[in-house]
Amino acid sequence: MPKDHGIGASIKRREDVRFLTGAGNYTDDINIRGQAYVYFLRSDVAHGKLNKVDTTAASAMPGVVRIFTGADFAGVGGLPCGWQVTDRHGQPMKEPGHPVLAQGKVRHVGDPIAAIVADTLEQARDAAEAIELDIEELPAVVDMKAAVKDGSALVHDDIGSNLCYDWGFVEENKAAVDEAIKNAAHVTTLELVNNRLVANPMEPRVCVGDYSRATDDYTLYTTSQNPHVIRLLMGAFVLGIPEHKLRVVAPDVGGGFGTKIFHYAEEAFCTFAAKACNRPVKWTASRSEAFMSDAHGRDHVTKIELALDKDNNFTAIRTETYANMGAYLSTFAPSVPTWLHGTLMAGNYRTPVIYVNVKAVFTNTVPVDAYRGAGRPEATFQIERVIDQAARELGVDPIALRRQNFIKPDQFPYQTPVAVAYDTGNYDATMDRLIEMADIAGFAKRRKASEAKGKLRGLGVNCYIEACGIAPSNLVGQLGARAGLYESATVRVNATGGIVVMTGSHSHGQGHETAFPQVIAEMLGIDESMVEVVHGDTSKAPMGMGTYGSRSLAVGGSAMVRATEKILRKAKKIAAHLMEASEGDIEVKDGRFHVAGTDKSVAWGDVTLAAYVPHNYPLEDIEPGLEETAFYDPSNFTYPAGAYACEVELDPETGKVTIERFAAADDFGNVVNPMIVEGQVHGGIAQGVGQALLEGAVYDANGQLLTGSYMDYAMPRATDVPFYQVDHSCATPCTHNPLGVKGCGEAGAIGSPPAVVNAVLDALNSGGIKVAHIDMPVSPSRVWSAIQKAKA
Amino acid sequence: MKVTMTVNGKSRSGEVEGRTLLVNFLRETLNLTGTHVGCDTSQCGACVVHVNGQAVKSCTMLAAEADGADVKTVEGMANADGSLSVIQQAFQDHHGLQCGFCTPGMVMSAAALLKENPKPTEAEVRHYLEGNICRCTGYHNIVKAVMAASGQDVSNIAAE
Amino acid sequence: MYNFDFVKPKTLAEATAAMAGEEAQALGGGQTLIPSLKARLASPTTLVSLSGIKEMVGVCKGDDGSLCIGGATPHAVVAAEAAKTYPALAKLAGGIGDPAVRNRGTVGGSLANNDPAACYPSAALASATVVTNRRRIAADDYFQGMFTTALEAGEIVTEVRFPVPEKAAYIKFEQPASRFALTGVFVAKFKDGVRVAVTGASEEGVFRWAEAEAALSKNFSAAALAGLAASADGMITDLHGTAAYRAHLVGVLTRRAVEAAA
Ligand SMILES: Cc1cc2nc3c(=O)[nH]c(=O)nc-3n(C[C@H](O)[C@H](O)[C@H](O)COP(=O)(O)OP(=O)(O)OC[C@H]3O[C@@H](n4cnc5c(N)ncnc54)[C@H](O)[C@@H]3O)c2cc1C
Ligand code: FES
Ligand code: FES
Repeated sequence: MPKDHGIGASIKRREDVRFLTGAGNYTDDINIRGQAYVYFLRSDVAHGKLNKVDTTAASAMPGVVRIFTGADFAGVGGLPCGWQVTDRHGQPMKEPGHPVLAQGKVRHVGDPIAAIVADTLEQARDAAEAIELDIEELPAVVDMKAAVKDGSALVHDDIGSNLCYDWGFVEENKAAVDEAIKNAAHVTTLELVNNRLVANPMEPRVCVGDYSRATDDYTLYTTSQNPHVIRLLMGAFVLGIPEHKLRVVAPDVGGGFGTKIFHYAEEAFCTFAAKACNRPVKWTASRSEAFMSDAHGRDHVTKIELALDKDNNFTAIRTETYANMGAYLSTFAPSVPTWLHGTLMAGNYRTPVIYVNVKAVFTNTVPVDAYRGAGRPEATFQIERVIDQAARELGVDPIALRRQNFIKPDQFPYQTPVAVAYDTGNYDATMDRLIEMADIAGFAKRRKASEAKGKLRGLGVNCYIEACGIAPSNLVGQLGARAGLYESATVRVNATGGIVVMTGSHSHGQGHETAFPQVIAEMLGIDESMVEVVHGDTSKAPMGMGTYGSRSLAVGGSAMVRATEKILRKAKKIAAHLMEASEGDIEVKDGRFHVAGTDKSVAWGDVTLAAYVPHNYPLEDIEPGLEETAFYDPSNFTYPAGAYACEVELDPETGKVTIERFAAADDFGNVVNPMIVEGQVHGGIAQGVGQALLEGAVYDANGQLLTGSYMDYAMPRATDVPFYQVDHSCATPCTHNPLGVKGCGEAGAIGSPPAVVNAVLDALNSGGIKVAHIDMPVSPSRVWSAIQKAKA
Repeated sequence: MKVTMTVNGKSRSGEVEGRTLLVNFLRETLNLTGTHVGCDTSQCGACVVHVNGQAVKSCTMLAAEADGADVKTVEGMANADGSLSVIQQAFQDHHGLQCGFCTPGMVMSAAALLKENPKPTEAEVRHYLEGNICRCTGYHNIVKAVMAASGQDVSNIAAE
Repeated sequence: MYNFDFVKPKTLAEATAAMAGEEAQALGGGQTLIPSLKARLASPTTLVSLSGIKEMVGVCKGDDGSLCIGGATPHAVVAAEAAKTYPALAKLAGGIGDPAVRNRGTVGGSLANNDPAACYPSAALASATVVTNRRRIAADDYFQGMFTTALEAGEIVTEVRFPVPEKAAYIKFEQPASRFALTGVFVAKFKDGVRVAVTGASEEGVFRWAEAEAALSKNFSAAALAGLAASADGMITDLHGTAAYRAHLVGVLTRRAVEAAA
């Protein structure tokens, strides 16, 4: 019988009721009396010198409260970058300024030039049209390889180059890798593009800034995955507001996928302007604005070489990647192509030496930062594509080639040559499960059926590993993080036994309000309905780092466990006192405290009441009250892993690919709510399928964004995906966090793109069409062109 | 100009400009914030409501155009006693929502579908939801929920 | 959006009068016009809604046997009501956008807009007559290139008359993002010949593929198309496909349309 309660139960989500009835409270639903609206006048050229921004006429337009330009922000800090990468030569990365409003130059289409605050949004837009601009257009830097050549125009003149850093990892291994590749029996080389994506949470970004003259306090409501981080970055680095004077609230947030991690100019602006205008100031992004102002994701151009010995054992991997930073360094941008990417280049395999070179490049495009998976999808895609291609070149079965090189179950913990040490895993088990689920045995028959219809059918299989549960603070500190990556929780038990958990984790679709109580319910033997989760408000929850990198349960949940353990210890003391028993004899079961070996017990509620009405209480020993806080800093990353299979049908006449079947066998360690976990995998797969077949942000040579709306940026729709088969039964629990959980939020997006592309190539090659690679998105026209090329 | 329409069974009026969109009238004038705006090119469907019984994108209809109409929003979908309607319940039972932002539009589109086609196939559900984009769920559980709401057995749908 | 006055006439006469005003513009279903108003790409002073004009909504059979569709008839109504008489047209209407778009968007709006990737123009070019509040315009004269038609200021598409072919089919190959036609082909076989109209592909908007028409008029079968290839000259190249790809699709989709029609 599946559990109906506690850890492992697929409990229905309590948050659904408000979302299903229209009672959710998203940032755009918040209106404050007297609020004004801001419209950002954004650059429509990619690169230019701002000769004049004249707001005189515009300021006199009806309804205009005030117009701000870069000059108004000369006295405040720029948007900070939270991660510093050190390059191959021991030098810090180049870190150009990132003003709230453009100063002197505009550097990408969408760069905000002026902010018009008016009584209504339409008035603000009217005034924006009356601003006189003189922008001297400069040559746009778009192509990464051209950008780092001598003579290229410079995105930032003051740093003298478009190269942010040239990173080598592990630099000391470079010679050994070069040697291994020279001596290899076979080397497979692929040149790949990991396409630029736009995260596109369905809720566009919104912020509302508010200021109280009475108390000199600021409040910012914002669509953020980590309100505390915004408070810290904006308060300390941009506006100079101490944390006790700044409250950041992220209420219901309509999806994030990474792009709502970062601190954005609009947040700082609305907070600043609320005081400057002495009115609440609201900004709601239109989708078109989101396309040119939300940080984008991916955008790597890579050459990967995989060396094998004569027995097809992997002997080395060497990669060279150009990673697009866009025009400015977004909050965590430098970490994505480095520490979230290079460290994963071992994949699930025993490759003895690996060298990763990454050149991070500034271009006149929207900043690029973490998007679901961040760095790990890029690593996985390279590894799993090159292995597939090696199998094809060598004429061996791609699954067998993978298995042969797997890290074996008895080799854990496994130290990779790229710094990280995997604690547990069983890659053969997930592969076995996948083969069964995906009915790979039946594939040949299904291929025949497709061929009978004039179609080609392909099967793509791949593995993935990711490092999540981000992250051990001391480790990331060494790697350049300018923040700790612990998480916090306060567990407040009320007098009548109800519990409020205040967590620094943030839920924007992940269902924390349902899953977190399951953990406490399990620990205390009480009903989930007695536990409420409060998150997303810096005035309520202790300092936290928010939700990204599949970290909420592994790190935030662990903090909650630690706090609950403290609660239990204290509650046992109280129970022991109440029953005149010894503390060591107290056991907790079904919401009661029992004296072991007797029939004496007290209810949870009696103990909690005693804590707040301490008439009969061990006051000499412990304080009244029952509220504990814990900060949890993980000792390692967690390493979810799995095997994915995709089956496609391909119309060779039009190049159209349809996904017929998709199976995912994941090892997430322990699972608290299987229903939620499966939902996370489904969503991740759809985003991965989107990347593989549909999505891609494209700039032209002038730095104009060609995919600025859903008219040209193809979002996956219901018709583009099948029902997925997902399984997480092959669990090897994480060894170093109290819940044994690994994290599941990003896996689907990491594991699926190579499965899809491998399947497409399998389909083509099965039809005698020899194609080694097609870049994502594998659109019908690209497939068709590849077919024409192969035939020519 | 003044418009009057029946919204979720009640007559509601308000002052609008020619350019006021139905979604703005609902969200701002009537404070019915369940209807969302997810795009500006009429593609995402977060704003779908029913006007005279038909699904429409309220971001792509003028409030003035709905003068005199019968409008239903997600706030009007629950049963009279406040409990979740069959469709809403199916979305919860089958985890057909994550962040909830697309959900009001999905529920309204699903309701329109089931009125037209009480027992849709998987393909019909997917096709009907063409204009409702969800970034979270990968559609699996949405399609499942809609089929379940139509009374079909979904226990065999590839899940595990 | 810039502001404008909104009027909703009840009769065609009132609408014609309202459209006489300077900077007045017709509002059909708004499925194209409202997004462009939001982007401030249009600035009418008056919007004349056509949705209240009963005489402009509906599908009926004309004296000459053709299907007459009121200019303000939503796609969904055409999809339902033309299903028996002209299934290819019904299917085309039922494949436009999504249900919510089809509940509002109208045939008149689609033809007036003449988006190079829209579906209706291909069906119309394959035979229809566009009726306005001023005159009747044969399809061949009506379409004048991307977003350009024979309509004059103040002219309203009141009805579109589609002669019903013996056989017809529309095949749309979707642009992956917008789901408009990357290329779409409407093939219609009439007693006196075959029409092949192509949308989505050409820089000139919807066009007739004369060679295919000639071949199919002689022999209405896929085999008749063997060896025929549409020229890539003047076809659209964008990030969703090259001119060569679109030209290739024209051939594939024409064959498939013939097969579907047969
Ligand atoms: C998400 C989405 C998907 C779509 N997908 C497709 C698709 O796949 N295929 C396709 O063909 N179309 C598609 N469309 C466009 C849709 O069919 C529109 O409905 C149509 O193009 C315009 O019709 P309308 O009635 O909405 O016109 P409106 O938007 O109201 O008007 C469009 C233009 O026509 C003028 N106009 C309107 N009615 C008349 C009239 N009777 N006489 C003279 N002028 C008039 C207006 O002044 C305006 O200039 C899509 C639209 C959306 C939003
Ligand atoms: S808001 Fe996206 S379709 Fe209406
Ligand atoms: S549930 Fe988040 S967009 Fe659908």
